[in-house]
Amino acid sequence: MSEASLYFIQQLVNGLTIGSTYALIAIGYTMVYGIIGMINFAHGEIYMIGAYTALIAITGLATLGVSWLPLILIVALVCAVIVSSAMGWAVERAAYRPVRGRHRLIPLISAIGMSIFLQNYVHLAQGSRNIGFPLMIQGGFDFGGDDTFRGSISYMQMTIFVTTLICMTALSLFISRSRIGRACRAVSQDLGMANLLGIDTNRIIAATFVIGAALAAVAGLLLGMYYGSIDPLFGFIAGLKAFTAAVLGGIGSIPGAMLGGLILGVSESMTSGYISGAYKDVVSFGLLILILLFKPTGLLGKPEVEKI
Amino acid sequence: MLVLEDVHTHYGKIEALHGVSVEVKKGEIVSLIGANGAGKTTLLMTVCGNPQATSGRVILQGRDITRDLTSNIMRSGISIVPEGRRVFSGLTVEENLHMGGFFNTKSEIRKSQEHVYELFPRLKEREHQRAGTMSGGEQQMLAIGRALMSKPNMIILDEPSLGLAPLVIKQIFEIIGKLREEGITVFLVEQNAHQALNLADRGYVLETGRIRLHDTGKNLLANPDVQNAYLGG
Ligand SMILES: Nc1ncnc2c1ncn2[C@@H]1O[C@H](COP(=O)(O)OP(=O)(O)OP(=O)(O)O)[C@@H](O)[C@H]1O
Ligand SMILES: [Mg+2]
Repeated sequence: MSEASLYFIQQLVNGLTIGSTYALIAIGYTMVYGIIGMINFAHGEIYMIGAYTALIAITGLATLGVSWLPLILIVALVCAVIVSSAMGWAVERAAYRPVRGRHRLIPLISAIGMSIFLQNYVHLAQGSRNIGFPLMIQGGFDFGGDDTFRGSISYMQMTIFVTTLICMTALSLFISRSRIGRACRAVSQDLGMANLLGIDTNRIIAATFVIGAALAAVAGLLLGMYYGSIDPLFGFIAGLKAFTAAVLGGIGSIPGAMLGGLILGVSESMTSGYISGAYKDVVSFGLLILILLFKPTGLLGKPEVEKI
Repeated sequence: MLVLEDVHTHYGKIEALHGVSVEVKKGEIVSLIGANGAGKTTLLMTVCGNPQATSGRVILQGRDITRDLTSNIMRSGISIVPEGRRVFSGLTVEENLHMGGFFNTKSEIRKSQEHVYELFPRLKEREHQRAGTMSGGEQQMLAIGRALMSKPNMIILDEPSLGLAPLVIKQIFEIIGKLREEGITVFLVEQNAHQALNLADRGYVLETGRIRLHDTGKNLLANPDVQNAYLGG
């Protein structure tokens, strides 16, 4: 394989890795939007808190002398998912439910307030400097090329792909097959009618916040390990990127969020690889502006028919 | 079964119902007729608690539900076929039916579903089709089927014949008659006054938020005022 095509494949792999985590976070934006038509501005912070929780769990297990990697990862994952889900639930209760049905700006401000609160809470509790995240999954395998240039896929990247794939498959099955998933779709189409069938729509709304938060927590653990450090602003940029991914794919559409995340990740890594890393955010937000100008419903968005 | 006592309902500051009293007895078909904007939908929705009555009482099967949440009211043996059908367009026919039986066990759902398919064989043919792609008549059948899935004692229908072809309307009214035979109490809002009163045990005439007349269906059909205003003279 030529060096040029190896390089391309390498960028593609890197892009898909980051993109799949964007997609995981984007699901939270898109599901909440699909159901209540509002953007959960505290979602990036929920993701950040997932990463911190995972780190605390990992550190805790280390001091207890636990060293078996699968156990550490599973405990960290479970803790992060539980804490973030609880945060997602609390954000809905505290910032959204009391102001639902008011003027659109009110929940927006309430959510931004929540986001600032959570960010600063973590600043106070954990300090504002970035903290190292242990690189627990190391190594990888090389492909193609020769001694001067090789492509490589790290085991961490593979972990990210596989975990994301499992989460997405589970979510798709849940939404399409389960009773609660069906209710989520029904509520996103006609909340009032679902209510007229006796369904407690508040609980379905809370469930979407919780599901989105749980997936964000998974992404928090994965990206913490991938980057090797976290800080209280960790959620801000990732949140913006994931939001861009959700809009790109068509906000309200779950397959859209998946597609949007991958496209965004790949376009960023291609920009980094072929132009300069300094331009990758320009490209992401440029894409956001273009899609808002020319196709505001996004690539897969069909706002009228099915929002979830 | 259902009693409304001096019910007032507001949208913001505007009062839409000015003290309405209505009774639907067990096993009856009661029709409510009235012109556009008279407040028929408001009356039905007040029963469902959305919007809630601002004063007066709504009593369902002996229980005061005036201040209950919609989701609780709709789980106490009553179901609605709302204005405009409101089927979940992105869900299949079967999924829509399952939403109607949300709180029932799997085996109850299976039984109710069979029953709905007997009443509306067309729905069985379309089982896996998305509701939004069906014709208006089929969607109306689905809305009725969905309401039956929870095995209600009472069903409320808001203009089920609106916008449908005469043949389909006839079929819908036949089904409503069948519901009574099954022991389901029916509260029906219609602009199609002739057929609605013909089928009804009793009827009410609503005019701008007040009950003007109530009598047996037959007497209302024969009433010259009703004939002038609602039966085209
Ligand atoms: N959501 C709402 N907000 C404000 N006013 C409303 C609302 N819904 C209905 N109204 C008003 O309440 C009055 C009664 O409306 P309603 O829909 O109950 O009439 P209706 O008899 O069902 O009419 P139609 O035959 O057209 O369905 C009307 O004046 C209407 O404008
Ligand atoms: Mg109406």
